[in-house]
Amino acid sequence: MSGPLLELSGITKRFPGVVANDGVTFSVGAREIHALLGENGAGKSTLVKMIYGVLRPDTGEMRLAGAGYAPHKPSDARDRGIGMVFQHFSLFEGLTVADNIALGLSPKLAKRGLKERIGEVSAAYGLRLDPDRYVGTLSVGERQRVEIVRCLLQGPKLLIMDEPTSVLTPQEIEVLFATLRRLVSEGCSILYISHKLEEIRSLCHKATILRGGKVVGSCDPARETARGLAEMMLGTALAPPVREAVAPGPVRLAIRGLSLASAEPFGVDLADVDLEVRGGEIVGIAGVAGNGQIELMEALIGERLAARADAVSIDGEAVGATGPVGRRALGMCFVPEERLGHAAVPEMALWENAVLTGEARLGLARRGLIDGARSRAFAERVVAEFGVRTAGVEHAARSLSGGNLQKFVVGREVLQGPAVLVASQPTWGVDAGAAAAIHKALLALARAGAAILVISQDLDELFAICGRIAVIADGQLSPARPVAELTVEAIGLGMGGAHQGSDGTGSAHA
Amino acid sequence: MLKLEPRREPSALMFYVTPFLAIALTLAAGLLLFRILGKPPVAAMQLIFIEPLRSLRGVSELLVKATPLILIACGLALGFRANVWNIGAEGQFAAGALSGGAVALAVYPATGWWLLPLMSLAGIAGGAAWAAIPALLRTRYNTSEILVSLMLAYVAVLLLGSLVHGALRDPDGMNFPESRLFQTALPVMIPGTRAHVGFLVALAVAGAAWLLLERHMAGFQIKVLGQAPRAARFGGFSEKRLIWACFLVSGGAAGLAGLFEAAGPVGQLVPALPAGYGFTAIIVAFLGRLHPAGIVLAGLLMALTYIGGETAQISMSLPSATTSVFQGMFLFFLLATDVLVAYRPRWIATRPARAGRPLQPPAKVEA
Repeated sequence: MSGPLLELSGITKRFPGVVANDGVTFSVGAREIHALLGENGAGKSTLVKMIYGVLRPDTGEMRLAGAGYAPHKPSDARDRGIGMVFQHFSLFEGLTVADNIALGLSPKLAKRGLKERIGEVSAAYGLRLDPDRYVGTLSVGERQRVEIVRCLLQGPKLLIMDEPTSVLTPQEIEVLFATLRRLVSEGCSILYISHKLEEIRSLCHKATILRGGKVVGSCDPARETARGLAEMMLGTALAPPVREAVAPGPVRLAIRGLSLASAEPFGVDLADVDLEVRGGEIVGIAGVAGNGQIELMEALIGERLAARADAVSIDGEAVGATGPVGRRALGMCFVPEERLGHAAVPEMALWENAVLTGEARLGLARRGLIDGARSRAFAERVVAEFGVRTAGVEHAARSLSGGNLQKFVVGREVLQGPAVLVASQPTWGVDAGAAAAIHKALLALARAGAAILVISQDLDELFAICGRIAVIADGQLSPARPVAELTVEAIGLGMGGAHQGSDGTGSAHA
Repeated sequence: MLKLEPRREPSALMFYVTPFLAIALTLAAGLLLFRILGKPPVAAMQLIFIEPLRSLRGVSELLVKATPLILIACGLALGFRANVWNIGAEGQFAAGALSGGAVALAVYPATGWWLLPLMSLAGIAGGAAWAAIPALLRTRYNTSEILVSLMLAYVAVLLLGSLVHGALRDPDGMNFPESRLFQTALPVMIPGTRAHVGFLVALAVAGAAWLLLERHMAGFQIKVLGQAPRAARFGGFSEKRLIWACFLVSGGAAGLAGLFEAAGPVGQLVPALPAGYGFTAIIVAFLGRLHPAGIVLAGLLMALTYIGGETAQISMSLPSATTSVFQGMFLFFLLATDVLVAYRPRWIATRPARAGRPLQPPAKVEA
């Protein structure tokens, strides 16, 4: 077979009020790693959902290996040799690796000898995996392997990967890339969705760029610069954020000996965390997801209180035993990782979501009665200053795209003029343009004298905006060191440190 | 083929339209039901839904029945918005009637202007105290408040019955299981009828509930807790405090409704005092969209099914279950049509599966 593996022509998909894909035409060649690039809301996920049979196009046609292809459901796609690894895994923590894999396979494949075949596939592709371990005990990188092995067992001709590296350490990324290159050499094609332009440059053979639901170009990413790719995606020139050296002020956020047992069965306990953040400074915490970031965030927000009041203090004031409202009143603001359901109430209007955290500092309620006019005005200011694309502050948070909602959430906290801002994954799943705007806002806030703590899995982000970086692994925080003394490799080793053992000797204590 | 597509945003229009749709479907189903039963359908429906509204007596009885429904449903709506499920308003109703009535019986034969307010306060306290049990068990031991509050409803109703048979029985009542007639009663609103000022109190409570839910931080916290518990923690709203508040308020409202029933139309404590208002109020709360204004309208409608059901029973010899059947259908159709709030129905032309891609040239398939 010499023609392209997958051809899309004139694919259009409309949702009420929005055209998600408008006449999309492109093709993925055999043995090709093909990148799909685009801002949030450019229509990438809609497009791959149609390829994987989750959604059906309104018009247009798809061809697979030269034959017509119109999947009605994901199992149709799987039957035709298409596998997909989603950004959010669908695994049961209380079941073993083998059970989880069996659940996602057709009954025929799931029958007998499954464990042996899991062993064969994981050995063949260097994806170490013990079929008898419980998924709850696996690191995020290992969980991704479960998903990949599940796909590989079906012998796919095309593998779709949605943002696969956002949860991996640099070393794990290298392993993944080696696996993908190996797959390609064996005849498989890969459709690769990512925001990380450097990765696309090093891995992909071809890139198709989507903007506003339309294909706006294609290129050989290795021949472009990351900045060039970003500008193609955005359609405008990009101004990278500039970090200026600011003389650090007094310590504004101090974490001293913070220990906290996790409330979740497979959570991570925080052990004796120490950190100081001075005014004017942005300190980063790097780490692979699931190493205590959620617990640290809960402890900093005050959703869970520390055993000692002086475990957390703001401007010298001990707040370890104070709840979120009291901490906000003292000048601490927070951007949690999860936008919908944590940072914002999905069904509530934007202005109501402004009340959620703005009430404590901005006096949006008087004697208990909510001041609707002031709350709306504040929400409108956030929308205007942070360029949130929405039809108005009366619309539900859920109606915004992920990147726009994130801009709203960050804006809501930054515009409260905090003394201390703690942000977890501030640009996760956000397009390059919005990410640059958020980084700029954080840098400006720091220049104005605030102490900022950024918890992120994106090392590029941390190196771009932070003055010092610490690494969290298995609930323990390394000392923060100036970025000038650090390399990506060194941090990567620290990030993976806690999980090296579980990779190699996992079967011993399963 | 009819297909349901998720909407990007829940439809505000449908949110208000579906209760009316549910009412229309209930009426249609009612017509069908009467036809099957061999009764004249239109006449029967008229008897149930129109006839009571034609007389002053009918309208006043409507207000009498709507009063407890509105009072209880307003309290329940707060909890339901917060995902706090107080299903035992029937028990809090009985507890309120019991404690308020006990105050009157304790001071008998003394009376005065102070007695009714005192009884009302005791009624509120009784209902709130009964609701405090599921609140305590839920916040302390994470017990399901649904089960606890529901089971306690039967305990309270039986407690009322046993006390009326025993300690609170009228000493001059020839051993009938009922208390003395209270020495004071709720003032009547429409002379010559049983419609009492409790209805005005219910309207005031609905107004207060509206203010709380739509304008006050407490109502905001309740809504956040109900829709996104993690966001409520992020906001710093204490889940335990809100659960307690919802139970105490809804229990207190149900207790007041019970006392009004005892001190109003009934005038004494009787075992049959809790006539299912506490359960019907759950339907009222949902039919009214957990919104106080909607609850007032839904309360009046549900009251109508009580009275209409009685009328139909007497003059058409329909079974007494008629009322429950209509109340059940209201809830059933409401829940069924609610799917339209989050989903949009769309007709998809049914095509044979193979004709799905007529535009493409025939594929060259090789064996």
